[in-house]
Amino acid sequence: MGMSRSTGRLAVLALLLALAPAVGAARSEWSGNISLEYRAFVQPPLDPRQHGDNLSGAFEPRWFYESDDGRDSLLFEGFVREDQGDAQRSHADLRELLWERVGEDWELRVGIGKIFWGVTESQHLVDIINQTDLVENFDREDKLGQPMVNLSLVRDWGTLDIFVLPGFRERTFPGVAGRFRGSLPVSTGEARYESADGDRHVDYALRWSRSIGDWDLGLSWFRGTGRDPDLLFAGDRFIPFYPQIEQLGVDAQATLDSWLWKLEVIHRRGQGAAYWAATGGFEYTLYDVGGTGLDVGMLAEYLYDERGRAAPTPFDDDVLAGVRLAFNDEQSSEILFGLIQDLNGDGQVINLEASRRLGERFRLEVEARWFRDTRAGSLVDSLRADDYMQATLGWYF
Amino acid sequence: MKTRLLILLLILLPLSVPAQTPEERGLEIAREADRRDTGWGDMQATLEMILRNRRGDESRRQIRSRALEVEGDGDKTLIVFDSPADVKGTAFLSYTHATRPDDQWLYLPALRRVKRISSANKSGPFMGSEFAYEDISSQELEKYTYRYLREEVVDGRKTFVIERIPQYAHSGYTRQIVWIDQEMYQPLKVEFYDRKNSLLKTLTYHDYRQYLDRYWRPARMEMVNHQTGKSTTLLWKDYRFRTGLRPRDFDRNALKRAR
Repeated sequence: MGMSRSTGRLAVLALLLALAPAVGAARSEWSGNISLEYRAFVQPPLDPRQHGDNLSGAFEPRWFYESDDGRDSLLFEGFVREDQGDAQRSHADLRELLWERVGEDWELRVGIGKIFWGVTESQHLVDIINQTDLVENFDREDKLGQPMVNLSLVRDWGTLDIFVLPGFRERTFPGVAGRFRGSLPVSTGEARYESADGDRHVDYALRWSRSIGDWDLGLSWFRGTGRDPDLLFAGDRFIPFYPQIEQLGVDAQATLDSWLWKLEVIHRRGQGAAYWAATGGFEYTLYDVGGTGLDVGMLAEYLYDERGRAAPTPFDDDVLAGVRLAFNDEQSSEILFGLIQDLNGDGQVINLEASRRLGERFRLEVEARWFRDTRAGSLVDSLRADDYMQATLGWYF
Repeated sequence: MKTRLLILLLILLPLSVPAQTPEERGLEIAREADRRDTGWGDMQATLEMILRNRRGDESRRQIRSRALEVEGDGDKTLIVFDSPADVKGTAFLSYTHATRPDDQWLYLPALRRVKRISSANKSGPFMGSEFAYEDISSQELEKYTYRYLREEVVDGRKTFVIERIPQYAHSGYTRQIVWIDQEMYQPLKVEFYDRKNSLLKTLTYHDYRQYLDRYWRPARMEMVNHQTGKSTTLLWKDYRFRTGLRPRDFDRNALKRAR
């Protein structure tokens, strides 16, 4: 996004804030967090230009205004990170700047927003609306704000979401000095598009969702600029190429007593040959084990991509096995341990996450990932020197 | 002769009808309590939860709650966390049912993700407090069987003492003993017995006030865990009834809007 666009939006925000008291606001509130993140790497990097242990800080402010009758809301969420080692990881984003109007059986959202679709834990195949802020964390959980006009129709037969997405966000990638980028950096400044409209192409999406008894279902359709770029080899770097795609998605969860059964399936056309991909599995939880308050959840998911070895994702034929411990204590302590094993010997990713509250306003999150037994040439192999441990201390307000 | 026999039978009939069983009496009292607490429509309130450990150290949680009565089914409730700051905006939606598992969803604001969760979590602590999920969820009549025990005076008020046994799966209790105020038909005290039938917790209700000239609500609830020495105080503030909430305010999109 160009600087002028961001400035324009900030001006709008300032205007809205100035108007707020005049409108006779019912509720408005600031919140957010400031965090410090330290990453320690086990091995030296593959490329001597990549940094070692690294410190970074982030600020994530939020503001909302809600009218007296609750029908109108204004939402803002900003993000900025300053990274010691990777200049390309220092970045800012307008995550959300949205006006929301709630009607009798409809809702309208206009502006920049964040939408989540999906039910699985290992990866989110159907979640297509927002672009991934990959430089934040390669686990793809962080998203960039997406311009949208979203109409939700709430009916007995379910909720129908209609999206018009004017404007595209390019994926962020680590820079030359960054880690988790594989052997060659991605040159984000040279991005190419299949469509002549480039990042001004207007995309469309539809989603039907409904909760029926023990089932939560969703059917989605997207047509427009694919969020996952093809990485074209250009000698000393990769160049991202954004194709025009059409994607159908299905997501379903069955909640049966202590068992959660989850499935996501997508079919995509326009990015190479048409292909299927799916993620499915279960989560079974033992609650309040021995009356201690501890919940032990066991997860297993199978990850499949029809393109197999040719897939630009490492998850073509993989299994996730994981355990989630929720202590339900005063500090809301949690531990998540997971292992994703490639069934064709491409390698293994081990994931450990833990977090707890400190005092009333601080939260400590610890994360560690190891890449093991990677086969030379596989995608996981390019991360073999990036085993790391990370601690993030956040102050919340 | 037959007429006299008939009259004799009619006089003796009430004496031969078996006296109401404790189970029937218990159910009758519970049913009356339920009847008197029906018809409030919708409700909103603010809660402050104060957690205390053995040493007396305190930590606080701020929660907003809203509920909707559903005809022929259990209540719908939506809870939003206002504090601690790191969970602000997290919201929890529950459709209670009498005889089948509740439908529950959790909203994680950082990810904008609505997750359908299992309602098998009954006995686990709510937000690290001494209140379990089953303690705070809407109490439907069919969830228990009842047995009348006796009458007793508690804090100068006459009460019925009832034993109730959870009929739903995953409860952390073998039984509960409830002291129901004879005038308000609301609980003044509840004792909870764990899976080993030992006394685990005692809940006391305080400062009842009447709303809409009919419905009694406590301003304060105190839960004490006798086995760990920890306790939780629940302060209910700003009760508002019949504010015009509809099922729309309790759907999955409403979860995402709960700020």
